[in-house]
Amino acid sequence: MRWLRRNLVGIVAIAVLVYLFIPIAVIMVLSFNKPAGKYNLKFDEFSLEAWANLCGVPGVCSSFVTSIQIGIVSTIVATLLGTMIAFALVRYRFRGRSTTNLLIFLPMATPEVVMGASLLALFLNLRFPLGQITVIIAHIMFIISFVVVTVKARLQGMDPRLEEAARDLYANPRAVFRYVTFPLVLPGILGAALLGFSLSFDDFIISFFNAGTLVTFPIYIWGAAQRGIPVQVNALATIVFLVALVIVLTAQYVNHRKRRALDNPTPIAADAALPRS
Amino acid sequence: MVDGTRQVEDLHLRSLTKSFGDFVAVDDLTLTIPAGSFFALLGASGCGKTTTLRMVAGLEDPTQGSIMIGDRDITALRAFERPVNTVFQSYALFPHLDIYENVAFGLRRRGVKDVRGQVERMLELVELGPMARRKPAQLSGGQQQRVAVARALINQPDVLLLDEPLGALDLKLRRQMQIELKRIQVDVGTTFVHVTHDQEEAMTMADTVAVMNAGRIEQMGHPAEIYETPRTVFVANFLGQSNLIAGRRTGVSGDHTLVEAHGLTLAVPSNRCFSLGTEITVGVRPEKITILDAVDAGRIPEGHNRLEGRVTDVSYTGVSTQYLVDAPWGQELIVFEQNVIVGDRCEVGDPVVLHWSPSHTFGLHPAQGGTAGVDPEAAEGARTAAHLLADGTGV
Ligand SMILES: Nc1ncnc2c1ncn2[C@@H]1O[C@H](COP(=O)(O)OP(=O)(O)O)[C@@H](O)[C@H]1O
Ligand SMILES: [Mg+2]
Repeated sequence: MRWLRRNLVGIVAIAVLVYLFIPIAVIMVLSFNKPAGKYNLKFDEFSLEAWANLCGVPGVCSSFVTSIQIGIVSTIVATLLGTMIAFALVRYRFRGRSTTNLLIFLPMATPEVVMGASLLALFLNLRFPLGQITVIIAHIMFIISFVVVTVKARLQGMDPRLEEAARDLYANPRAVFRYVTFPLVLPGILGAALLGFSLSFDDFIISFFNAGTLVTFPIYIWGAAQRGIPVQVNALATIVFLVALVIVLTAQYVNHRKRRALDNPTPIAADAALPRS
Repeated sequence: MVDGTRQVEDLHLRSLTKSFGDFVAVDDLTLTIPAGSFFALLGASGCGKTTTLRMVAGLEDPTQGSIMIGDRDITALRAFERPVNTVFQSYALFPHLDIYENVAFGLRRRGVKDVRGQVERMLELVELGPMARRKPAQLSGGQQQRVAVARALINQPDVLLLDEPLGALDLKLRRQMQIELKRIQVDVGTTFVHVTHDQEEAMTMADTVAVMNAGRIEQMGHPAEIYETPRTVFVANFLGQSNLIAGRRTGVSGDHTLVEAHGLTLAVPSNRCFSLGTEITVGVRPEKITILDAVDAGRIPEGHNRLEGRVTDVSYTGVSTQYLVDAPWGQELIVFEQNVIVGDRCEVGDPVVLHWSPSHTFGLHPAQGGTAGVDPEAAEGARTAAHLLADGTGV
């Protein structure tokens, strides 16, 4: 009993982690499966076939590439636009500023089904052919919100004296932006871009409404689910997961090293804290 | 660091005014800061010091007035075009750049050649050579402060502005940095405008001190001059402590103006009397007063100002003894006595007589009331500290 009480937090933590990781583990394990029937639901026989032949099933790889393309293009465009909007909102006073501030939140607050359906209605009304372009336009729309919110927070949190110091040190407005503002906001922009990409890659509902005959990776999986999802999907999902993991771990590592350097200035600083005179 | 040919010029502020809405932060400021001097702008928090510096730096547009260096009008120049650099209150070092790049920033923006040599020499001057590749967050407060100075000074500005540069440091480091800054200023010969609310800091470092109050300069001059001859009640109280006795002008005797106060007649040198009206507040610094046992009253030199009282408090502070003496009309006066006397000191309750030379007396215009410029916390703090020492209960 005493033992339980002392280790309760640890046990709960492990339980939560297990709960979180079981689905991912199942997907990984099943990527090495050779299912007996058409459904890849229980482990029948170990096989590397899906890994050796990633594009073996028609449509898997092309939909994967399509999703990556859409993700990259919409993230880049949304990050550029969103960053500029964030600067405008923080740095300039103009009419409609507070309205814009509010409207920027709308795409995040609107249910995806509603947004997907209304965009579809819009495109149909404009007689705009559905396809990659419409999906990209839709994705840009919701990624922008996240970029604006993140970059805005970063900008507002920045000490205004840093830019003043730069101006004081002979930096003209462009140099201030290039050498001080931008480098300081960059981590926020990168974070927003990563988040935007994963949202885009992941999106099913909005894409589904506006894709026409285009097949993105989530749409492919949804279609395949009717007939039995090919093992290759598990393999690709595992790859995506591992890539994400590497990115997160790298970020953590970099942060950790930075923090360590910040937390322990004493042994370095003590030696010259006082002027030698 | 300064090449001998470079001409250093005076900084002139003319009718400089800054309003934020209805609030006037800096009010019609006119002053000349001599080239190459260490100039301290001293004032309580919120009196407009930072705003003044920001206008000189070009970070704030004056509502009115102009700023000149020599005969060049720089009022319209933008911050990055002015030959002026700032050491910010919180240093504002660029956190994403290392020390070397922080110091090199100004040179790089101006496209100066030989960045490396200059940065290395500058880091040498502030004794931070080995820290060149550290990030600001890895340095101690004192080191960051020196980086901030180096980063500004390397540009050889005509004027270096320092906004409470030592405010964030602890007392010991602050004293050290005061000496350090002064040394650097003498080394480079640049005009330093040093903003502070610490009167001791202003007096020990500066050639010229300007006391600022509510957006205006109250008095300006050599530290000793303002201390010995304050011209306003605010200055008399803000810079050190003063005994101020309200009185009325009654006549003249030779070079002295005679003031009647609570039945006493006090003499003030006419050239140290700054009140033109009948009402005159007579002032004298606590250390100028000699305290005597009432029975020794005969020893008072002819012509000295004198008054009788009763000791209400004695605090031994080591270097000196601080007495509080109740005057007959109920005012409490402060007297500092050097601890050079062998034998008995006055004790609480003793009847005493205070006297001082008229040449140490000053006459002020009473308009502001007797307490302008008094820092209640500091006065209280000093009294408590002295008590603790005297009781032996402290430490
Ligand atoms: N941007 C501003 N807007 C409104 N009021 C300000 C602004 N900057 C300073 N003030 C006011 O002006 C006064 C002087 O401020 P400041 O120059 O910073 O004082 P100090 O540096 O002497 O403490 C203060 O009362 C402050 O509240
Ligand atoms: Mg200030």
